[in-house]
Amino acid sequence: MKRLLIASMLLLAPGLVSASGGGGYHLEDADIDLADKESLQRGARYFVDHCMGCHSLGYMRYNRMGEDLGLDEVQVRRGFIFDVKTKPGDPMVSAMRPADGEQWFGTAVPDLTLVTRWRSPDWVFTYLKGFYADENRPYGVNNAVFPDVGMPHVLAGLQGVQKAVYAKGEDGHQGPLEGLELTQPGRLPEQEYDQVVRDLTNFLTYVGEPMKLERRRLGIYVLLFLGVLFALAYALKKEYWKDIH
Amino acid sequence: MSTEGTGFLGWIDARFPLTKVWKEHLSEYYAPKNFNFWYYMGSLAILVLVLQIVTGVWLTMNYKPSADDAFASVAYIMRDVNWGWLLRYMHSTGASAFFILIYLHMFRALLYGSYRKPRELLWIIGVLLYLAMMATAFFGYLLPWGQMSYWGAQVIVNLFAAVPGIGEDLSVWVRGDYVISDATLNRFFAFHFLVPFLIAGLVFIHIVALHKVGSNNPDGIEIKKGPKGNRWDDKAPADGIPFHPYYTVKDLVGVVGFLILFAAVVFFWPDFGGLFLEAPNFQPADPLKTPEHIAPVWYFTPYYAILRAVPPMFGSQFPGVVVMFAAILILFFLPWLDRSQVKSIRYKGILSKIALGVFAVTFVALAWLGLEASTPAKTLLAQFFTVLYFLFFLLMPIYSKLDKTTPVPERVTK
Repeated sequence: MKRLLIASMLLLAPGLVSASGGGGYHLEDADIDLADKESLQRGARYFVDHCMGCHSLGYMRYNRMGEDLGLDEVQVRRGFIFDVKTKPGDPMVSAMRPADGEQWFGTAVPDLTLVTRWRSPDWVFTYLKGFYADENRPYGVNNAVFPDVGMPHVLAGLQGVQKAVYAKGEDGHQGPLEGLELTQPGRLPEQEYDQVVRDLTNFLTYVGEPMKLERRRLGIYVLLFLGVLFALAYALKKEYWKDIH
Repeated sequence: MSTEGTGFLGWIDARFPLTKVWKEHLSEYYAPKNFNFWYYMGSLAILVLVLQIVTGVWLTMNYKPSADDAFASVAYIMRDVNWGWLLRYMHSTGASAFFILIYLHMFRALLYGSYRKPRELLWIIGVLLYLAMMATAFFGYLLPWGQMSYWGAQVIVNLFAAVPGIGEDLSVWVRGDYVISDATLNRFFAFHFLVPFLIAGLVFIHIVALHKVGSNNPDGIEIKKGPKGNRWDDKAPADGIPFHPYYTVKDLVGVVGFLILFAAVVFFWPDFGGLFLEAPNFQPADPLKTPEHIAPVWYFTPYYAILRAVPPMFGSQFPGVVVMFAAILILFFLPWLDRSQVKSIRYKGILSKIALGVFAVTFVALAWLGLEASTPAKTLLAQFFTVLYFLFFLLMPIYSKLDKTTPVPERVTK
């Protein structure tokens, strides 16, 4: 019976594997490290400087971020809060009015608190590297992983301008997007730009689940405790059952 | 009970049958001594039910059932409520764990014929429990008010709209509105809170029925009909052992073993690769933006695959809805479909073994297909497995009767 089940599972397995590989643009590995506080601090800095003009982190409080990233209240106040009415316990909300955003970009500007959870860190990383020049778009750029995105390339000054490289399709037609090529360099060399984007992705991943490291740390103790309890429970069961044949 | 004790226990026993219940259902309830791995699932399911109720009540203390606040209140629980993230992950993991355990529990019944006479009613109560579980899971899934919550509920409630004639009115009656809205969220929250207590009541009835007929076992032997006399009682079944302490200590091992797996998911992999917490549900519900691909949570997907496999007839989705519900309701008839001479797969012939193996593969295949976006090839595959699903039940009276069984021993084996 068991063998039959296993055999049939194996028959199905190739199907499962092929199903998990999807099409579309290849996502790069973000290669982030949530334990790297300096990277998180830099990411927070970049976010406030470049993203928060439009995007909010509506469920993330300034002081919680400070606590987790190793910044004291003065640092949070001086470095991250620009409005005198905003208190450290307030959520990190953009000053832009949502209605303005809709008018300027044609769509509501999404809150990014959970973006790494519904997209994935790799997606965010690839997205931030994925802008390319496209004259047909209102802001002159399109994105490799988010076709026809409404957002301009805010980091173009750092990254420069890329152009799309398409695969060769049949009969001279244009194939799918294959890669991007830098045509006009920005202020940062490619590696440094990658690090900026990685720091940003790292920070957004932290924001998506601020307790992630804490839960893993606790999990180890819980599993150790349960492991000991299991040994005791098993010994107890063996003792009771030794006279049952 | 003739022996009335003295002291505090005697005082209680004169007013409430405490000692009597303890003896009848634990210390002098004789269960077969040959339970294997599959027999852990029942007690574990009770554990998870309690976990779900307790974590659920505590989540309620900070959750706000309103379209404007629900999503934010879940974020609040995850971020600002002390240990809120732990409660929430336990609850979301618990929902999936509950279904895993119940599917294994039901598969155990299929393996060893636990639905056969005299346990037909026990099985039927179990199927009712499964229906109640599905209902409460469905209501609960709307509460986080994410994109998948919203559109999943939209798709399922629209099934009612397919009923000829009264469909539209019926779906409005279920929703309390023309679309999934605040009104729907409020009533789903009310039912999500209520149904678990009905489940707890049904579990009680399930156990009363179980203790009336006694547990089945991997050999499918009725130990009550076998020889009498064991070392605790000369009138009790020879192959029975007192539930307490033997199975209480054994189930304790099962409980801790289960908790290790459970904690591993809660602390290290709460999304479970997008199966337990689906990625689109981290986006707030947007009635104006339909997600590209809507799939229910994994435990509903076998039935979702069946629903999609049935082509619309006369411009109506109703046949698919009927077939989907039939796939669940057919479970009620199982006790009368099995005509085998024996209960347990151990003594059944090759036909029954193949049928059950194929059925297990079918169920997993349908679950996978229900998660996938439909393509012509996958729809064809889903149709094939839908037919197999029903053939397992509909042909059972034939193959279970034709099957060559082997003799069942008089006493249970190891």
